[in-house]
Order: sequence, then structure tokens, then C-alpha cells
Amino acid sequence: MKARVTVTLKTGVLDPQGKAIEGALKTLGFAGVGSVRQGKVFDVELDGSDKAGAEEALKAMCEKLLANTVIENYSVSVS
Amino acid sequence: MKSAVVLLPGLNRDRDMIAALTKISGQAPDTVWQTDTEIPDVDLIVVPGGFSYGDYLRCGAIAARMPVMRAVAEKAQKGVMVIGVCNGFQILLEAGLLPGALMRNASLKFVCREVRLQVANANTAFTRRYQPGQVIRCPVAHHDGNYFADADTLKRIEDGGQVVFRYAEGTNPNGSVNDIAGIMNARGNVLGLMPHPEDLIEDAHGGADGRPLFESVLGIAA
Repeated sequence: MKARVTVTLKTGVLDPQGKAIEGALKTLGFAGVGSVRQGKVFDVELDGSDKAGAEEALKAMCEKLLANTVIENYSVSVS
Repeated sequence: MKSAVVLLPGLNRDRDMIAALTKISGQAPDTVWQTDTEIPDVDLIVVPGGFSYGDYLRCGAIAARMPVMRAVAEKAQKGVMVIGVCNGFQILLEAGLLPGALMRNASLKFVCREVRLQVANANTAFTRRYQPGQVIRCPVAHHDGNYFADADTLKRIEDGGQVVFRYAEGTNPNGSVNDIAGIMNARGNVLGLMPHPEDLIEDAHGGADGRPLFESVLGIAA
């Protein structure tokens, strides 16, 4: 199974990198960019075919390592 | 007092820390490797600075999940003193031994310079050889030292006297909330700080403002 984990900064956490990216997009002339928040994507290959079990495992991975839940939210999707 | 220094791949300030502890305590610290599950019987454990695991994922994130850090947590639970400096601070946060997180510097730049630190709480095991409010010199060298905690956590650590060091006015190098440079846990036996007191312990360093921190925690008369 292929899974994708997306980790984003929580609302209210300052994101200097996102701000810099936002500034660069504006410099490039992209109009209408309100704001940019940067995050991380992990593509994970999993054995087996138990989708619910995989989601459970991925959430545990996020809680224990992939995300820092002090500052980050995460979401998982298994295809 | 006996001490131990935690070694992980990618740390590069371990030798400075070992030298400082040896010079100040008169005996070389033990060293423990990332895979060690037991730490010798010591009074102080130090996690030094550097770039453990190349700062992959998040600074300190992978190091914090190594077996040795479970052993550090167990020792901290028993009341053993623990200090994390720079990457060591990031590791202690990622390991959940201290509250909050360290983000990329607000300037997005690596900062390597001297700052001034105010001793925000001199009534701790780490700072009793300083005067309350004393301002000291200390070098910093980091890319991710921008301390963040949610409003509730921030209030709790401020009210509880857990903010131990602040960047003195006008010297905050990274955008840390409330100018926070170093914090301790509620129990007062685990300290994390971004600046490097081990690099300012003798005249050859150009000053010894960092020395009282080690003298405090090691129980050595100045």
C-alpha cells in the first residue's frame, strides 16, 4: 500500500520559512498570493492490505516521530 | 560530582563540553553512546551541541528517539541533573523532557556571535552562582533557536520561574518568544539552553561568564 503523510504547522505558530517563500512568490510576480505556510510530505510504502490498520500505524508514527505535535498537525491518507 | 556526556552521530561540541567539565570538576566525564541503554551512576548528564543526524526531519528529532535518550529520561525522573546545550536543548525538547519547541531563526540565517544573557532565575541548581538579573556574555551558534510555546505553556513556565536565561534587551538573535534563551523543567533538574556556556569558561576563551553555571550544578565553590 502507498500512503501519504502530510505535516503542517499549527495555526498560530510563526513560520519564517513560509513568509520567505511568500515574499519570493510575490517577487516573481505571482499576483493574489495571500499567505504561504510550508510543511512536509512523507510517502510511505506499507506491507499488507489492511487499510484501517495502516492508518492506525501511520498515526502512531506521526505521534512518535514524523510530527512534533507541539507545533505541527498531521494527516494521513492510504491509497 | 560525576558527570556524563551523551554522544550521538553529528554532534560536534562534545569535546568542548568534555574539556569544560574536566577543567571545572577536576575529573573527566563518562561518555555514553546513542545505543547505550544504561548510564553510569552520575550526578549530571550533558547533551552537547552539534547537528545530530544532520538535523534531518527536525533538529534533534531522531536523536531524541535513540535508546540513550530513554536512559536519560529515566535518570531525569530519578532527579539526576540534565543539561542540554544548543542541539542538546533541541533534543531534550523533542524527547519531551522540556516544554515547547525550537523553530527556524526568524532571520532564517545561521547566527554565530556573542550575545548577552540575563539570568532570569538565579534561584536554580544551575544558576545559584550568578546574581539575580545578572547579565553575562555568552556565544551562540545555531540556525534553529527560535523558542516557541503555546500561550498556556508559556504562562506556566513564566509563572513557574522555569525561564532561566533570557537574551538581554536588544540581543535576541533568533526571534524567541519573550527573549527566552534557556528553560528548565518544573522540577528544576533539567535545563536546556541555546547559548554555549562551555565555550566561555576560562581566560583563554576571552572570559569565564559560563563557568558559574557549571560550578552551580557541580556544587563547586567559585
